[in-house]
Amino acid sequence: MTATRLSSGGSSIDRSRPVSFSFDGRKLQGFEGDTIASALLASDVAVVGRSFKYHRPRGIWGAGVEEPNALVDVGGSVARTPNTRATTELVLDGMIAKSVNASPNAAVDRNAFIDRFSRFIPAAFYYKTFMWPDWHLFEPRIRAVAGLGEVDARWQSPAAAADQINRHCDVLVVGAGPAGLAAAKLAASAGQSVILVDDQHEPGGSLNHRTGEIDGRPATAWAAETIGALSATGHTVLPSTTAFGIYDHNLVGLNQRHGDGRPDTLWRVRPRRIVLATGAIERPLPFANNDLPGIMSADAALVYLRRFAVLVGRRVVVATNNDSAYEVARALAEAGADVTLVDSRKDGTPAVPEGVSLTAGRRVAAARGKMRVEGAVLDEGTLLDADCLVVSGGWTPTIHLFCQARGKLAWSEAQAAFLPGDPVEGMAVAGAAAGAVSLSGVFESAAKAMPGATAAPRSTGVEATGGILAAWPIPDARGRVWIDYQNDVTAKDVELAARENFISVEHLKRYTTLGMATDQGKTSNLVGLALMGAVTGRTVPEVGTTTYRPPFTPVPLASFAGARGGELMSPVRRLPLENVHRARGAVFQEYGGWLRPAHYGGADADADCAIQDEAGRARQSVALFDGSTLGKIEVMGPKAAEFVDFIYYNTMSTLKPGRCRYGFMLSENGVVFDDGILVRLDEYRFVVSCSSSHVASVHARLEEWRQDRFGRDAVYVHNATSEMATLTVSGPNAKKLLATLGLGLSLDDADLPHMAMAEGMFATDPVRVARVSFTGDRSYEVSIRADRAEPLWARMHEAGMAFDAVTIGLEALMILRAEKGYIVIGKDTDGTTLPHDLGVDGPRAKRKGEYVGRRSLFTDVAMPGNRQQLVGLAVARGEEPLATGANAISREGGKLRSQGFVTSSYHSPTMGRPIALGLIERGAARHGEAVDIQHLGMVRRATITGPCAFDPSGERLNA
Amino acid sequence: MQLFHCPFCGTRDETEFHFGGEAGNIRPDGADVPADRWANYLYMRDNPKGAVREVWVHMNCGEFFVMERDSVGHEVVSSTSLDGAGHAR
Repeated sequence: MTATRLSSGGSSIDRSRPVSFSFDGRKLQGFEGDTIASALLASDVAVVGRSFKYHRPRGIWGAGVEEPNALVDVGGSVARTPNTRATTELVLDGMIAKSVNASPNAAVDRNAFIDRFSRFIPAAFYYKTFMWPDWHLFEPRIRAVAGLGEVDARWQSPAAAADQINRHCDVLVVGAGPAGLAAAKLAASAGQSVILVDDQHEPGGSLNHRTGEIDGRPATAWAAETIGALSATGHTVLPSTTAFGIYDHNLVGLNQRHGDGRPDTLWRVRPRRIVLATGAIERPLPFANNDLPGIMSADAALVYLRRFAVLVGRRVVVATNNDSAYEVARALAEAGADVTLVDSRKDGTPAVPEGVSLTAGRRVAAARGKMRVEGAVLDEGTLLDADCLVVSGGWTPTIHLFCQARGKLAWSEAQAAFLPGDPVEGMAVAGAAAGAVSLSGVFESAAKAMPGATAAPRSTGVEATGGILAAWPIPDARGRVWIDYQNDVTAKDVELAARENFISVEHLKRYTTLGMATDQGKTSNLVGLALMGAVTGRTVPEVGTTTYRPPFTPVPLASFAGARGGELMSPVRRLPLENVHRARGAVFQEYGGWLRPAHYGGADADADCAIQDEAGRARQSVALFDGSTLGKIEVMGPKAAEFVDFIYYNTMSTLKPGRCRYGFMLSENGVVFDDGILVRLDEYRFVVSCSSSHVASVHARLEEWRQDRFGRDAVYVHNATSEMATLTVSGPNAKKLLATLGLGLSLDDADLPHMAMAEGMFATDPVRVARVSFTGDRSYEVSIRADRAEPLWARMHEAGMAFDAVTIGLEALMILRAEKGYIVIGKDTDGTTLPHDLGVDGPRAKRKGEYVGRRSLFTDVAMPGNRQQLVGLAVARGEEPLATGANAISREGGKLRSQGFVTSSYHSPTMGRPIALGLIERGAARHGEAVDIQHLGMVRRATITGPCAFDPSGERLNA
Repeated sequence: MQLFHCPFCGTRDETEFHFGGEAGNIRPDGADVPADRWANYLYMRDNPKGAVREVWVHMNCGEFFVMERDSVGHEVVSSTSLDGAGHAR
């Protein structure tokens, strides 16, 4: 073909604004408003890419989202994006476009030789050939040769995240062609809020390039007027926006392209009613070499002529089996091309346009040419000279969204198309998508889509007609007839699939790749399944269609991700005193969703020193620790005591007001789910102090049992965790330090013994002081309103100077608690650990009342026997600590087996040797026994001990 | 994305809810419940196709409730607060 830009015309381009861009390294010019495709055609670039498998030269087929061939990787003045459709992407000044699957470029591709071997590499060739010895040996080389665009490995997410917008509206209209505009107009005039979307840069659909007259005005003027009125009255009109999916309960996903380098915007729309006015897509005709560059959809040729002033050829053969191509033939002839119309129908063809010669009752059997089309051979042998071959094989209604919403299709033999069947609730299909052809028919269906609406627009001009004679591929035809351009599937591949019994459409798709990849077979599916029907003696509806799934067109992952990246991916919870800790040099880490000080001072290499220092000094005088993350879930109400008895493994109702008790919560399968302190404030009020990372899940459990078993009036549960900060003072001098704070309560051990709670005041704020310990030393947890914690923390540090107080982070606390054999659930336990595995058998043996998980403690597997039990593991002074997670191994009959593993392991500065906890089979009865610990192939000896390594008599709690 | 109905808050997006199990899985109390009955309570689920009764929780307000819906067509039929008598699980 020799495509040219005409000197005038082109409704979409602005000739006063030229733009420069490059394609495969060649500098080209276009105008503002050009798509990449129209600008390439205007410069007569015929070959725009290479095919997926055979590296065949490919040209522009269409003018919309259905484009199978013209995929380009773009960059330069826009964000680098692979596999962009040249037919929808506007060309921008400075844009760098590159063809896909071609090296060095589309015009000269060094892999083009593959096509010569095509007869040896039919469908399923890979499956049959490269399975032995291992597909992965061949995969890298094959992937390098076959494929489409390239992902840029250096790509970085843009600074601005994609916007995501949630919207409700009365009516969502998909498609702003004649049907969509009419439906939107009717809905708006009925007082309904409307969102109108169109995947083209310019809304209007076929009105932008097909002739028509509406309400006495030219169709283009009517379209512009209607869109203007919708915008002016507060409705939302979104061009360059694709409705890519309909999800449960009619949620519609829209992806809006901005075309200016900004990331796309994702819209989630919940309309009361959806009108699908999605139009129809033109099909190719089946003939040999029908994939040559210069073979183009007839409707697309009209789009390029009328909207972009590009005449696609000088000597044009228009091949058709239906009426719609006649307007195209007339327009091309009027623009100066020599036009031959080849209609496969003998009778009933429309009037021949002036200046066009018609050959009726003949089909094109083959296209001639190598890098671009040079002629067409008719079925009776005539060779027609041509530089462009525009074809129309009929129209496939775009019913993807209707099918995604579980709509069923009905086959229309007369229209040779699947049309929407029984209506789907809350949804209507209008226009060409519903099989309408003439503007009158389109408006009639639009009026039906908006029941109750009045005054639909009227078509006042010449009407399009829809006569068609199906032209499906004929089995065993000569030559290579392309069915799916994008995946290089030919008629022979479909026939091969049928011979090998892959006759179900879903098998056909997977075996031949028909209808896969970025275009999802928008131009090819129906042709392929019609051929499958012909080969297997079935009708098209008997063969059926593959399942339609979102997305209709590719959606960038950045749209779905939106702002949920980086630290917003999984936001951490923060301490009220975070800034104070930072000022003291705290190094933060995430623990169970909370950002907490790991240690103070000592970055990277010095971290271990800092942690050892904190843990050592904590035992010497007094340590300060921010324990604000500890759960503080209040349980109150007339049945609160009964409730906590049921929730906990331990009996809790016997607890006296003002006292605390340590206990386990189990899951219904008996596994220890959480541990912690329960505080009884008064007869009807408790505070559940659960693990920091379990607050949400413990709260949910309490709510579930409350609402389902006890009743809303019996108990009330309130999660007050973030309301209060908890500041811990621990160590031999803890009491002395606390005494200087003047909290207005007696610290006398008789009044506030270990496991007791008292209330006091700090300045004007009430505080709760609980004498509980996770360090093994005398400890006081002081809880105060979170927003008043800072002065108290400062006062503690001030007072601490006299005692050489140390501020400790979580890492030091972990050492202190491990020295004492205090466990962390989920670290020192796993999903099989029962309470008696941790040495707490009392309630199981003695409790009479019901509690969560009770029955599971008496199953066969729960019986003590070979169960893994909590132990301490000692190694010699001077050795390295054991590796956490290392297995305790034994050899039985020459076979290595694990009998447990190390759960926590640290160096204890106070004891001057490593300490460790572990879960070991029958460990409780094996104290003193040596065991082999294996880690990364190294075996070490450790001695099983009791879990508590430091101060086993617990004297320091009261020291 | 489905729309569920919380008895307290009304209709909200599915992402605000969490599945709480099949409704009517009554908890047998006692240490002497037969092992198979306890195992049924813990592990065995009907997973029916079509009409289902399920416990869900609306995480924003904490309300547990029984929802009747269709597991095929995803129609939501009803949402009812729990009665507090242990009939839900």
